[in-house]
Amino acid sequence: MQECTAVRSCNLGIKTLYFSMDTTELIRIGVYGTSILLILIGLYAVLTKRSLIKIIIGLSIIDGGIHLLLIGIGYIKNGTAPIFSPGSENAVARMVDPVPQALVLTAIVIGFGVTAVALSLVIRLYRHHNTLKIDEIKNLKW
Amino acid sequence: MVLIAAALYAVYQKDLLYAVIATGVISLALTGLFLVLQAPDVALTEAAIGVALTTIIFIITIRNTVRYEDEKDKK
Amino acid sequence: MKKAIVIFLLAVFGFFLAVTFLDPEFEIDRNRNGVKNVYLEKTVSELGTANTVTAIVVNFRGFDTLGEVTVLFLAATALGSILFKKRHHIGDRTVLIPASSIVSAGAKLIFPAIILLGAYVFIHGHLTPGGGFQGGTIIATGFLLMLIAYRDFSISHNILSVIESFAGIGFVVFGLLGFMNGGTFLQNFMGTGVLNDLISGGVIPIIYILVGFKVAAELTGLIYTILHEKG
Repeated sequence: MQECTAVRSCNLGIKTLYFSMDTTELIRIGVYGTSILLILIGLYAVLTKRSLIKIIIGLSIIDGGIHLLLIGIGYIKNGTAPIFSPGSENAVARMVDPVPQALVLTAIVIGFGVTAVALSLVIRLYRHHNTLKIDEIKNLKW
Repeated sequence: MVLIAAALYAVYQKDLLYAVIATGVISLALTGLFLVLQAPDVALTEAAIGVALTTIIFIITIRNTVRYEDEKDKK
Repeated sequence: MKKAIVIFLLAVFGFFLAVTFLDPEFEIDRNRNGVKNVYLEKTVSELGTANTVTAIVVNFRGFDTLGEVTVLFLAATALGSILFKKRHHIGDRTVLIPASSIVSAGAKLIFPAIILLGAYVFIHGHLTPGGGFQGGTIIATGFLLMLIAYRDFSISHNILSVIESFAGIGFVVFGLLGFMNGGTFLQNFMGTGVLNDLISGGVIPIIYILVGFKVAAELTGLIYTILHEKG
């Protein structure tokens, strides 16, 4: 049973200050921190911006952040790519995790499909209302 | 890092053409990161889809609709 | 005022994400007895392919690939049906300003090389990193280059639809053949050859070649539809 979030965050702060010169910690904070920041910046663009194309750019940034997070989870220190070559068939113990890579492969293609359909809807909306700001599109309804 | 700078630029820029080019730069940097994390299949897919096709679809949409975010920002 | 509330909520959300993901150990094999070792060991002994990610995508979790191919097909169909009004006929100009002579000359030279690279990537999908999706999108990028450089480059829409439909039907037919010969859907029923040969791995290269054709035809049709749009 883990402690509550506040205690865990205090422990995390102390651990980060203690290990701030270790290479592993730096890489970990680099990869995870960048992906979490990308998700937050994309969410800010979706929630705050007025123009529809900006909102779809924000969706694309959120997709990139999530894919980076998933692949960062399956990384092993000094690991190699999960491909066998003649002569290295016993190196199973040092390969990185291939399961998140297969999932992210599917996710990238589907993310592109969602962006394409969303942009076709944007073209259609522009042809009907002649503007792309969501304030005026909502006002035109009533 | 380059990723966070490009993301902030894509969110805050009023000229939409520069914003989608910044999205392409984000995809390019993600491809490099995927290679460092030992995932060559994912890097190939992200390079082909994120850099080429997503940018082209955004540019075709901008061609058929507005170019600037507000109408009063045209300089 | 509204931006301040949004930033505060995002800070709380980001704090929770950071505590969850920055706490466990990084770069250490956490799933020592999980599914990963079973997949990595069965790839060489049972299937005879060298690329583990290809084996997972086509054989171990092949049903998800069938779903993804369906989603791509639905996206192309939805895009074609939303933008149905005011479309150009085949043979009209696509771009307003003709491209410069460097782009025109270079596109004609590079286009066969791109097609060759894409075909190489999806035929050797089980030996090197790559596969159907990667090779298909590379071929679609080649067609996009020709569409931008020349103003009257046209592809017949019927040929693209026929290729896409036959590739999709071929995928399901191979799955059903596995059903009739072995036990389950998409089972490997052909013999596995020697490791690192071109013809090895049973039914995996054939399925991936079909997926490569389907993805290339689909993405080219999608780009073609959205380019011939009259605003």
